[in-house]
Amino acid sequence: MVELRQCYERQKGNSTMDEIRYIAGTLVGAGVDIGSLDEALKENPHFIACDAGTTDAGPFSLGSGQPAFAREAVKRDIAAFLDAGHRAGIPVLIGSAGTAGEDGQVDWTLDIVNEIVREMGIKLRVAVIYAEQDKDALVEVFRQGRLKPLDAAPHVDEDTIKGSAHIVGMMGAEPLQKALAEEVDFILAGRCSDSALYAALPILHGFPEGLAWHAGKVVECGTLACETAGKGIMFVHLRQDHFLVKPFGQGLRCTPQSVAAHSLYENVDPFHFTENSGIVDITEATYEAVDPITVRVANSHFQPVDPYTVKLEGAELLGYQSVIIGGIRDPFLLRQLDRWLAHVRMYIEETIARVLGDQAAKEDDYHLMFHVYGRDGVMGSLEPNRAAVPKEVGIVLEVTATTQQLATTIAKLSRQPLLHYPIAEWHGATTTFACLYNPAYIERGAVYRFNLHHVIIPHSPLELFRTKYIRIG
Amino acid sequence: MKLADIATLIRSKNAGPFFLTFDIMFTDKEHYRLVKASRSLNAHMFAALYACPVQTVRFFECDNAFAFKFSIPRPLPQGELGDGDLHGGQQFSPLMNVEITLPEGESILQRC
Repeated sequence: MVELRQCYERQKGNSTMDEIRYIAGTLVGAGVDIGSLDEALKENPHFIACDAGTTDAGPFSLGSGQPAFAREAVKRDIAAFLDAGHRAGIPVLIGSAGTAGEDGQVDWTLDIVNEIVREMGIKLRVAVIYAEQDKDALVEVFRQGRLKPLDAAPHVDEDTIKGSAHIVGMMGAEPLQKALAEEVDFILAGRCSDSALYAALPILHGFPEGLAWHAGKVVECGTLACETAGKGIMFVHLRQDHFLVKPFGQGLRCTPQSVAAHSLYENVDPFHFTENSGIVDITEATYEAVDPITVRVANSHFQPVDPYTVKLEGAELLGYQSVIIGGIRDPFLLRQLDRWLAHVRMYIEETIARVLGDQAAKEDDYHLMFHVYGRDGVMGSLEPNRAAVPKEVGIVLEVTATTQQLATTIAKLSRQPLLHYPIAEWHGATTTFACLYNPAYIERGAVYRFNLHHVIIPHSPLELFRTKYIRIG
Repeated sequence: MKLADIATLIRSKNAGPFFLTFDIMFTDKEHYRLVKASRSLNAHMFAALYACPVQTVRFFECDNAFAFKFSIPRPLPQGELGDGDLHGGQQFSPLMNVEITLPEGESILQRC
């Protein structure tokens, strides 16, 4: 990327900048605070960036292609950023469009952008960068040995790749930098490293990578890096030997502790962050209060790593679910709950075999699961206190099957056994389970699982991403 | 004294879909220093508490942030069949009762 930087500097003429400034939104769709955005614009930022995605929502968005945020909320936020960028004459970058950043979600977001531009009556030069991965090409990469597992990765073979609903690659700074060098007004990126949105332009201008990436890490969740998070946006002044970070928003403040503590949030290791091009090392970083709301950060380092890697995210269809929700309050039953549930399960399985025969005979045709709230429903195998007999439990019977119809049929067949499977303590007909709803089952639709925790070693940082330049308006 | 009596925040969260991470935070630097000096928090105690292999537990002391951190692989990936906590946010409560044994001669004012 050295050539790109030199080319960019030639293009820009005077390449020395003492300081680069930017606005960081929190999350497109979460509701940007327009008052704070306007205030921050007065400090003459060089760009605005915000991510629009996360895996935190779970595998459903990537698997199904459905965005996790309401279209109206996404439109409102992108319109606010585009309006601010237009007024200030600075580029706007949005990454991980549509939650998972797969191609359909990028196009869904582009459709919203088209609508906004039409309504605003402006002209926009746009780079759209797609991040979804072609499955046949990935199988080829797998055969070449360029797909590597990360820690705790699930097993992967060619069938895993072919059977995925969607697979995206997480782009680094380079595809963004290429688009920025084309002087676009707006970059709409598919799955993208959050920090890369903020580090791309500073690194292109030659600012130290350690500081550029660390600043990006601090602001990627918006005001969560403040003492108490709230409505507002974050602002960074990045210089050659430090950066300043501060919030705009009523009552918000960054303190040395709040900024240092943010590096813990949702990270395995609070001192080292892996990006595509290397490792951000903040072990020696220093945090110092400049004023009551601004923190000065220095001594962040960056260690380039060879080979360059691109992280993959994939999701595959698990099946279709129907669930029954209810509870148990009988102390005689609760003291033998595991045994009772095992009997109920056996009874249901026998019923399924008798009634459905070949329709549900194979091991993978359906899967029954009991979630027992009040015992270990929340912590599962990590629950240290599973032996205590609770006063009551909530139970979710979860049926996962190859079709929705089969899942619902099995849920219907499960209701009677749950209601009436006897225990020895009572003589005569009993009802053992309190159903919450009528009908007792709820159809949940398709469910997905994350099936990749791997990286690709690409031939170049741009190889896996496709950029389309368009003019809107 | 129990950890929940002195920490300002004990939380858990996914660190990506395949890891869980636990943060124990203090606003008072002195409280952090005392808990660190007590050595009551360590990978072995965490492994025993959560019944997981000690070699999978990563433990960090973050002096700048007045915070401790544990990270482990998720027992089940986020959203996998059987996973009961999509965001990993409710896995921290066993940490609340960890007994902190202060070094001799040291004391701490408990939160009201």
